[in-house]
Amino acid sequence: MKDKRTWFRFLPATAAAFTLCGATAASNAQSMRDVETVAKERGLTNADLIAAAKTYLPSGQKDEYLMFASGGHAGQIFVVGLPSMRLLRSIAVFTPEPWQGWGFGVGNEILEEGFPNGKANLWGDTHHPALSETNGDYDGEFVFINDKINARVAVIDLRDWETKQIVKNPLTLSDHGGTFVTPNTEYIIEGGQYAVPWGSDYVPISKYKEEYKGSVTLWKFDRKRGRIDKDQSFAIELPPYWQDLSDAGKLASDGYFFMNSLNTELATGGIQDKKPPFEAGASRNATDFLHIIDWKKAEQVYKAGKTQEIKGFPVIMLQTALDEGLLHVTPEPRSPHGVDVAPKGDFIVVSGKLDPHVTIYSMEKIKKAIASKTFSGNDEFGVPILDFDSVVEARIEVGLGPLHTQFGPDGYAYTSLYLDSAVARWTMGGPYGSGTPEPDWTLVHKTPVHYNVGHIAVAEGDTVAPDGKYLVALNKWSVDRFVQTGPLLPQNLQLIDISEDGTNAPVIYDMAMGVGEPHYAQIVKADKLNSWATYPEVGWDPHVQNIKPMAPKKGMERVQRNEDGSVDIYMTAIRSHFNPEHVNLKQGDTVRWHITNTERALDATHGFAVPMYNITASLEPGETVTIEFVADTPGTFPFYCSEFCSALHLEMMGYLMVEPE
Amino acid sequence: MSSFLDRILGPRISIDERSKHSLRYGTPGFLLLAARVLLLVSVFLPYWHMELQAPQYPDGLHMTAYMNSLTGDVAEIDGLNHYIGMRSLYEAAELERTVGVFIMILFVVMLELAAYIHTRWAALLVAPVVFFPVVFLVDLHLWMRHFGLNLDPEAPLSNAVKPFVPTALGKGGIGQFVTIATPGVGLILAAVASVVLVAALFFHRRAYLPLVKQQRLASGTPNGC
Repeated sequence: MKDKRTWFRFLPATAAAFTLCGATAASNAQSMRDVETVAKERGLTNADLIAAAKTYLPSGQKDEYLMFASGGHAGQIFVVGLPSMRLLRSIAVFTPEPWQGWGFGVGNEILEEGFPNGKANLWGDTHHPALSETNGDYDGEFVFINDKINARVAVIDLRDWETKQIVKNPLTLSDHGGTFVTPNTEYIIEGGQYAVPWGSDYVPISKYKEEYKGSVTLWKFDRKRGRIDKDQSFAIELPPYWQDLSDAGKLASDGYFFMNSLNTELATGGIQDKKPPFEAGASRNATDFLHIIDWKKAEQVYKAGKTQEIKGFPVIMLQTALDEGLLHVTPEPRSPHGVDVAPKGDFIVVSGKLDPHVTIYSMEKIKKAIASKTFSGNDEFGVPILDFDSVVEARIEVGLGPLHTQFGPDGYAYTSLYLDSAVARWTMGGPYGSGTPEPDWTLVHKTPVHYNVGHIAVAEGDTVAPDGKYLVALNKWSVDRFVQTGPLLPQNLQLIDISEDGTNAPVIYDMAMGVGEPHYAQIVKADKLNSWATYPEVGWDPHVQNIKPMAPKKGMERVQRNEDGSVDIYMTAIRSHFNPEHVNLKQGDTVRWHITNTERALDATHGFAVPMYNITASLEPGETVTIEFVADTPGTFPFYCSEFCSALHLEMMGYLMVEPE
Repeated sequence: MSSFLDRILGPRISIDERSKHSLRYGTPGFLLLAARVLLLVSVFLPYWHMELQAPQYPDGLHMTAYMNSLTGDVAEIDGLNHYIGMRSLYEAAELERTVGVFIMILFVVMLELAAYIHTRWAALLVAPVVFFPVVFLVDLHLWMRHFGLNLDPEAPLSNAVKPFVPTALGKGGIGQFVTIATPGVGLILAAVASVVLVAALFFHRRAYLPLVKQQRLASGTPNGC
């Protein structure tokens, strides 16, 4: 044992020595000349070095922004840090995911909530994440996401980043137009897409116009419970136009939301019968319809009971919507993708893939046109069409294949150009005009991207207060950007620095996304989130976000055989053992296996995996889970901790013994 | 009986005399009061800290002992200690933590009494308080020694880690952990109180010993205290 006095005397000296060493090491090794040498060796230009300096995060430093990107047909959400463009993690949503223990004994009941007609569907096609908002700004509490393939919406709590709820839309089977939230997350908007008969029942396509339906569903969000309240939600019937993306109004347009549509031609395809394929039939008209929907009024109509129960769900029928003045349309460039509301809510930007312009509508003009009934006619379903010229503020030619628009804080707007493989920067007018040195409503610059850009995301770029700084182009093709990885190529997410004015908006990072195809993404300031580092208390049930009363506790571990023959196992997990380690069951036993991870240390996650039974769970510190199954297979099954938890991780195991009948 | 009490309490000082020599008679009383305050305050402050440093705990693990409780990452440290077969720290010094606060109150009462006693008996009341910080550290050391030397031989790492004596103050180490034990503000206050008490006794003796001697001469009792 060291003399304590000696040690006390040494402490300041050691500290001083340490500081000195650190200082010398830093000044020794690195000079700008060394940087130049490395740059020369690796063939890096000054622009490359600047890009590296803008994006590189030394170990231990943290990203300023978090990007929540949909995972496409991976069915998940991917979270990427900015500016480093590091994939931080995925969030399992519609697709079982073993690392998070999602759908292999845990989370199954949530996945089952979303099974269409009770039929197992174990993947999703996530498209548009929506962070919860307060006063039109991200509040970092929840994120929602749609599943285009089966018309489902999921709720993820951003305290523990776990999916809490999946709701299945009873009316339709495709919901590309979700999810978008109203400014205070009163409702989550889920627009249907491909028209189907109500509930996707069988109806021959020859009855398309009469029996196939368009719709939009407004899911009421109960923030306190952290759940969608199905009993307060409703839908609105729309013409079968393949409603597409939507966006909620805010400030000047608060109370409204906007939706595109693709197929106002009511094309029904039929290439096999030599009829025009959808790609031609649905693009015949020069314009499609921008839908303008008054949701605050619709809410009153719903509350007044002017709905019809369809598939057990209240629907405001199209005729009621027209009678109550909830729905107007106005022509928009054909085959549109994005409809994006400007930060002050005063302009709505639409672009059609086959028209090189962005079309900017004025909310003020829309309201005027509605009030004065300035219609150019009605469509074949009787929907009043607002006169195009009376509601348009500006049209700007930006390039080929414009898709989606996002906004900066300074009056710049950005539009992705799919065919040009570029991102256009253009100036807005009106109250935004003074923010930019260039004249109003003009194209300023195009940044080439690689390649075929879909959505773009600007930091907080769809809120009332965009941050600017960074733009991510979510490119569909990467072609030659990465080393070959076989014939399936990753997506390329390119980070663009938009912090400077004018024509300076360079790509500064390419991130390969080889685990899914993100469509839309939202970028939120990381400090807006209040994530838990560990569950607040031991015995926490993430499903109810509270202590589970019967959570297994230290000293209370047991295998309990109940009177009805079922078995409850109360197990704890801590480095480096499960307790109990021997679990004896009889073939046919119905088992509820409760496990608490009693750890309190950051990152002390344990896995729990049982062979043959398709069980794997992830137990984060404090978490309690219950896994139910029938012990139908007799045998000897070593279960173990599947997350490398400690030096004696391999020894963290036990035996499940199922005695044959 | 009363004369026995008088003999213990010692000579009384008249108000006139006290105001004439306020410094002489006031100093021991003031110092005893200061010590009482220091001890009372220390009850609410940490007595001892232990920090464990290891690569996978960038913020370290911290444990703080108060007079009546053990706080900080005790559960985590216990969890790690189980690998080497060390008993739960919550089982250490249970009695001390239960009675600690009452002992402190007793100390305060003893010092209160000492202020009224003008004979050498006062030293008997003060002495335990003076030695308290040392006793605290010795007790701590003995517990550490007891825990460190009595490791469960069935523990997972008992082959790798031999019994050892964790350091009660200063720097030690076990496995990949560096341990740093430091006194808490409470213990420092108690130590200051000890110094103050030694000073109090010195001034007590200077003020009252002449009076005791005078009284002894006057009463002619050579065996008087």
